Amino acid sequence: MVQRLDRLKETPSQTAGPYVHIGCTPNFAGITGVFPRDLGSVMVNDRTRGKRITVRGAVIDGTGTPLKDAMVEIWQADCDGLYPSVNEFRGRADPEFAGWGRSPGDMETGEYCFRTVKPGRVPFFDGRLMAPHITFWIVARGINLGLHTRMYFPDEAAANGDDPILARIEHKVRIATLIAAREGEGQYRFDIHLQGENETIFFDI
Amino acid sequence: MSSGSNGNARKPAGGYFPRDRQWHPPALTPFYKTSVARSPARAPISLNNTLSEMTGPVFGHDLIGEADNDLIHNFARPGESAIGERIVVYGRVLDETGRGVPDCLVEFWQANAGGRYRHARESYLAPLDPNFGGCGRTITDETGFYTLRTIKPGPYPWPNGPNDWRPSHIHFSVFGHAFAQRLITQMYFEGDPLIPLCPIVRTIPDPSAIDTLIARLDMANTIPMDACAYKFDIVLRGRRSTVFENRMEGN
Ligand SMILES: [Fe+3]
Repeated sequence: MVQRLDRLKETPSQTAGPYVHIGCTPNFAGITGVFPRDLGSVMVNDRTRGKRITVRGAVIDGTGTPLKDAMVEIWQADCDGLYPSVNEFRGRADPEFAGWGRSPGDMETGEYCFRTVKPGRVPFFDGRLMAPHITFWIVARGINLGLHTRMYFPDEAAANGDDPILARIEHKVRIATLIAAREGEGQYRFDIHLQGENETIFFDI
Repeated sequence: MSSGSNGNARKPAGGYFPRDRQWHPPALTPFYKTSVARSPARAPISLNNTLSEMTGPVFGHDLIGEADNDLIHNFARPGESAIGERIVVYGRVLDETGRGVPDCLVEFWQANAGGRYRHARESYLAPLDPNFGGCGRTITDETGFYTLRTIKPGPYPWPNGPNDWRPSHIHFSVFGHAFAQRLITQMYFEGDPLIPLCPIVRTIPDPSAIDTLIARLDMANTIPMDACAYKFDIVLRGRRSTVFENRMEGN
């Protein structure tokens, strides 16, 4: 016999199901009067520092159809590259910036949308800087375990070229799936493809 | 949050224990038909945690209203309450090392006692309860403890196989302290004969993993003449301490 590690197992995931909006964005789902507003619906205010950007897109299934029952969450650093988190020890992030956003898919188009600021650069664990990026987490009916991915910016070619995460992706042809499209000044589109030729890179983090 | 250089409670720590992907359901589970077109076909790329995964949003206790975790009353008209078996669900949010996770946002949603959700796309013939909304939330205390009060949700049929039924369940969405810990799952009830028949339950390959989603009836914590109690602990990913890191973080 050997000693026991006494480690617990992580609670296994189950799909968020078709009604994740009831629990996570109830006002959007038409259940009003319970919570004053849906969490994650506002990321910035007038005092938030940094360049305002809009990120929108859809989560698209293997047939090319946008999901109408998905929920997308994002997490990102402030304009100086600091996270508003208890686990951020490098300094204090902008107190007027949430860093976290949550968007339900639009009932008709399935589109998600975030109004936020452009994130600064955050160091990799060896101190090299990562390119500006936004972390995504996607859940929906039919997704058994929430999917993690990252969005990078199309106007950061040099930083993207040095990014230690992008550098370790073996199939270079797939890197394009992590880079948003520019639709106008400060306007980005990031479609997430669950399957198919353009399947987005997902991370096991 | 000040720099953690001299505090002992909040020191920078290492990455999170890797997820056991054979314990979680795989992406593609053809008997749960919706997964077929929504499951990534390529392997996810493994990524050692960076600050982007080891940090996560903070939710203050002031965010939570007094009735937020009381689904019996939080949507009901004044003086009225939701119809159904009144229950209390309680437990702790722990990490894989067994420590309680404080200040953890827990959100939950469910069908009413007849198995009907309050949603525009819901078509099950069971009636809506005018006093039941179906959503709630809370934040764990300093030991990771949480509790909610609700009515036991009914089972419901769903379009998958010709005659598939969901066991009674409550959906849970849980935040730890890092985006790497983000988790959505479902809680089932001890003794429900529909559990082993459910294709969504069966997306989890290991029966002992399924057992961890089944809340146990706890008569000791039942509120006499009011509500039965069910205990449901939730485990989030644990974290290495810095002594096991081969490289220090950026400070
Ligand atoms: Fe459900």
